[in-house]
Amino acid sequence: MPKTIPVADDLTKPFWDAINEKRLVLQNCDSCGRLQYPIRPNCWNCGKDGLGWKEVEAPVHGHILETMVVHDTRVVVRKGDVPFNVAVVSLDADPSINFLANLPGIDAHKGPQGAAVELIFEELEPGTFIHDWKVIGS
Amino acid sequence: MPENVAGWPRTAEGLGKWEHSGQVAITGMGISPIDRRWDGISMDKTYGAYAVLSLQRAIEDSGLKSTEIDGLMVCPDAAGDTWSAEDRGTPRPYFDAPYDGEDGLTIVTSGWLIKRMEEAGTPLSGLKWIDDEPSSIGQLTGKASQAVGEGKAQHVLMLYGMGNVEGRYHLEEGRYSRGGRVWSAPWGWMTSAMMQHAFVFLQYCTKYGGSHDNLAPFVVNQRRNGLMTPWGYYAQHEQYQLTVEDYLTQRYIAWPNGLLDSDRPVNHVASFLFSKADVAKDMKQKPLYVLGHVQAQHPSKSTMATLQDHEDWTDSLARRLYEAAGASGPDDLDVFNPYDGFATFTQTYLEGFGWHGVKRGEAFDFYAGDIRVEGPHPFNSSGGNLGNGRTRTAMYTDIVQQLRGDAGDRQIQIRHETGACGQVTPGGNGHIFIGTMQSLS
Repeated sequence: MPKTIPVADDLTKPFWDAINEKRLVLQNCDSCGRLQYPIRPNCWNCGKDGLGWKEVEAPVHGHILETMVVHDTRVVVRKGDVPFNVAVVSLDADPSINFLANLPGIDAHKGPQGAAVELIFEELEPGTFIHDWKVIGS
Repeated sequence: MPENVAGWPRTAEGLGKWEHSGQVAITGMGISPIDRRWDGISMDKTYGAYAVLSLQRAIEDSGLKSTEIDGLMVCPDAAGDTWSAEDRGTPRPYFDAPYDGEDGLTIVTSGWLIKRMEEAGTPLSGLKWIDDEPSSIGQLTGKASQAVGEGKAQHVLMLYGMGNVEGRYHLEEGRYSRGGRVWSAPWGWMTSAMMQHAFVFLQYCTKYGGSHDNLAPFVVNQRRNGLMTPWGYYAQHEQYQLTVEDYLTQRYIAWPNGLLDSDRPVNHVASFLFSKADVAKDMKQKPLYVLGHVQAQHPSKSTMATLQDHEDWTDSLARRLYEAAGASGPDDLDVFNPYDGFATFTQTYLEGFGWHGVKRGEAFDFYAGDIRVEGPHPFNSSGGNLGNGRTRTAMYTDIVQQLRGDAGDRQIQIRHETGACGQVTPGGNGHIFIGTMQSLS
């Protein structure tokens, strides 16, 4: 089933360009040394603007914190997918950073809490990718 | 004439007792009728018509003449369905004046209201201070208190409404996501706070034990309290008591959040009058003094705030509100109506405030006890949004009634001299502490 396709703007273009190259590149604050995701104009911690970028070395791993299951959605193109998992995954390289994940290959309500996951990329239209997370060994 | 109270929010730690504690009082309250939606036909039931009615009722409740009101706060946020042409493909059909635009249908500005109040024979001709800045009632009640405390006006009439017209809103149509939605929509994450709180709730169950089923007694009791609120949506339109079985077999939206964990949008407006304490003493109603107010705005570190974030934030909120009111702590708090816009986060407030000794991780046991209004722990006597529809004001009107002693069947049997409530979520909210006395010490 289709997913909505992110439209990059000037601020987020470096992130999405990297995703389209199957790389995870996050904002990096020179002042407080924190990585940041989602991409924002300022560092959430110290407020600094003009943040730099830092690539998370592949393979990129994380862990599932919890998994919700969408049974009804306002995102119209996903209506045909219900029920589907939406997990929150923490990044091993910095567990304060978390991502959403659909956990491809895992049935709804079967998201294994605490499981290790690996970053993958899904092509939504030619040359345009989003990131997702796959349970290692699934 | 619109003018903001600059720098008014009390968001920092260590501000101490509110500088105007006990010097501002709630002296009037007005509640409109309540409908699930505006029917698109009845011009006496529009969002705007209900706004006028609620203002008139608040003024009447206070015993003042409309011309004696010198401050007005409205919230011109679009409430409920905004009928964006982008979503619907067609512009909203408008009507004869004064409903020839959005004003009065999905928003209510001060200009529109002032004109309608004059036409209705209740002119607000004495206004010297108007605030038109969009906000939520959590913030508005604090801001109205601050405005009176700072002398912007002697009597500030504050209005908050939740309009709702035909149709399903906030649908995300189309193949592309833009702005902040690029971080969530592709994975099917909805715009609402529902999923944020579903996540934190699951973390709560993981940390402390229990499951979604443990919310059943709370949600059932909210409906019960709502059915004892004569003007509430369920008391008016769906007069049946929800059962535990109903709750356990509900339709899920974003598991663990289900339909019965979610407040139903309604068309409704409530208004409150805030007055200087020294004049409030000679007014019609028993003055209910604002002892303190605080606000919170916490950006998430990452995509999702965590349980730890929510607990830290509500710990801070409670600490600051008690401090603002000059309260020693939960022993000084009688009526407590925390927000329940989703049932899955109310326990965060309950435990943060430590009401009736409830500590972190103890909410499910507390819910399983006697939380009825007749009992020793009458939690959220208002019935909240879950019991009354998404008014966001039921928590406030209930405290006014409880402290006045005229809450009818909902009147709690334990001491009811102070109350606290607020909204919306742990990440962004405003809370107020009210008492029948000017000082707790």
